[in-house]
Amino acid sequence: MIELVNVEKTYHTSSGDIHALKRTSLTINQGEIFGIIGLSGAGKSTLIRCINMLEVPTAGQVFVDGEELTAMTETQLRKARQNIGMIFQHFNLLASRTVFDNIAFPLEIQGLGKDEIKKRVEPLLELVQLQDRADHYPSQLSGGQKQRVGIARALASNPKVLLCDEATSALDPQTTKSILNLLRDINQRLNLTIVMITHQMEVVKEICDRVAVIENGSIIEEGNMVDVFTNPQNQTTKEFVKSVDKNTLPESLKSTPVSREYFEGANLAVRLSFFSGNADKPIVSGMIKRFGVDANIISGNTDQLKDRIYGNLLIVIEGPQKALEDSLDYLNSQNLQVEVIGYVK
Amino acid sequence: MSNEMIELLIKSFWETGYMVVASTVLASLIGIPLGIILTVTRNGHILPNTVINSVLGVIVNATRSTPFIILMVAIIPLTRMLVGSSIGTTAAIVPLTISAAPFIARVIESSLLEIDHGVIEAAQSMGASPMQIIYKVLLPEALHSIVLGITLAVIALIGYSAMAGVLGGGGLGDLAIRYGYQRFQPDVMIVTVVILILMVQLIQFIGDTLSKKLNKTKL
Repeated sequence: MIELVNVEKTYHTSSGDIHALKRTSLTINQGEIFGIIGLSGAGKSTLIRCINMLEVPTAGQVFVDGEELTAMTETQLRKARQNIGMIFQHFNLLASRTVFDNIAFPLEIQGLGKDEIKKRVEPLLELVQLQDRADHYPSQLSGGQKQRVGIARALASNPKVLLCDEATSALDPQTTKSILNLLRDINQRLNLTIVMITHQMEVVKEICDRVAVIENGSIIEEGNMVDVFTNPQNQTTKEFVKSVDKNTLPESLKSTPVSREYFEGANLAVRLSFFSGNADKPIVSGMIKRFGVDANIISGNTDQLKDRIYGNLLIVIEGPQKALEDSLDYLNSQNLQVEVIGYVK
Repeated sequence: MSNEMIELLIKSFWETGYMVVASTVLASLIGIPLGIILTVTRNGHILPNTVINSVLGVIVNATRSTPFIILMVAIIPLTRMLVGSSIGTTAAIVPLTISAAPFIARVIESSLLEIDHGVIEAAQSMGASPMQIIYKVLLPEALHSIVLGITLAVIALIGYSAMAGVLGGGGLGDLAIRYGYQRFQPDVMIVTVVILILMVQLIQFIGDTLSKKLNKTKL
């Protein structure tokens, strides 16, 4: 649906060139929710603006729905942009227009008549549940309501793609959740391709199918959200994952020395991660029975990754060296992810 | 105060009114498009053009920095060409318009620049053309602030119109100088000044009320 081929963006400033986006290629499929995560200044804003050419790339090609945006004239580009909706962190609604007229705005630009506009705006008001706010002005709305207007406005021209520029960053956690639910809903209902940039891992975790991590103008990691989340490769990605990981080491384990090597009388601390459905066998109790070890549960939690339940269990296994090693082999052979924290006293 | 004096006051009032209204309308016709061009041709705006922006900027600044009384005399040939005479109330409208137009242009420019860039970006993302952005985004969003700016220009024009006596333009200011000051008639002076104060108060009140009505950012 969206394809970036060797896209680059360089800003020339008096203090030298700034490479906001280094040679980047990216493919986003029809109907998926694609997340681009990065810290501020990483280049994610530039990247998403290259998709609708609000930022014209210095080099490379941009394709949306099979058409090359980078080869278009201004007029063709304006037409093509009607297929690409966009919502913003600060909503960017017109303060002098009512909710209804804000949603009607892109349709007015396309030159639609009053009746047709009314026919299109009303179902959108219903979709974002703002029927009773049609005559209100943006300054009379809450942040979440403003973003709903933004979404309705972006959908008014029946776009194939929706770009979300930090769409939930200015909202409180509860409102963020409701906006994300709305986005997921329209993604499924309208089979809309959604691209969202964010610095919040919670957002990615909640709704994205695939994710790219961007740093210093380059994409450093890309893949299925669940893979990236459960098995991050890059240091920055690990930091992002850690930012939403509630299952950190308990204080008692943090303060005790952890050894990579076995020592006399040591116990083995491991973290087990699994998806619901995968871990239907009684693995821990199986291990205890098989090798005569004891397992002490330190902490555990479950987390939701999009529509899958992801569990985490931190256990300390007690027993002789041989039994500990056998237990580890056994765990590794099961359908779960095992992270060895180390040998502890 | 004699009947003759009162008639003179009424005549002067209408002269001032005529000069101010006519020059406000004409100066707006020049100043508003000029202010729009000054805004959109800025670097990073919707139609960046450094050459047009700097040339217009220099012209506007030069006109604004010329004292009104000098401008009035300096453009006498132009005034004669446009209205056929260099003296009289109608003749005074030419220098008033020329001095107010760049003022209005700057007022419009600063109002338009107050609009958040994000709103313009949103319109661009929907495929709006620069003209659509000007008519559907910039002007409506800035309207309440533009109204305050024009109010400011009207009041400045009332002040400038007092100097129109130099060109035989008449008006309340001229009356105050000729009768109140030069003929030692303090009652004429006081009455004209009071009328001017009331005019300014009324115009400011109308401007404030209208602007408040148009401003939807604080409801």
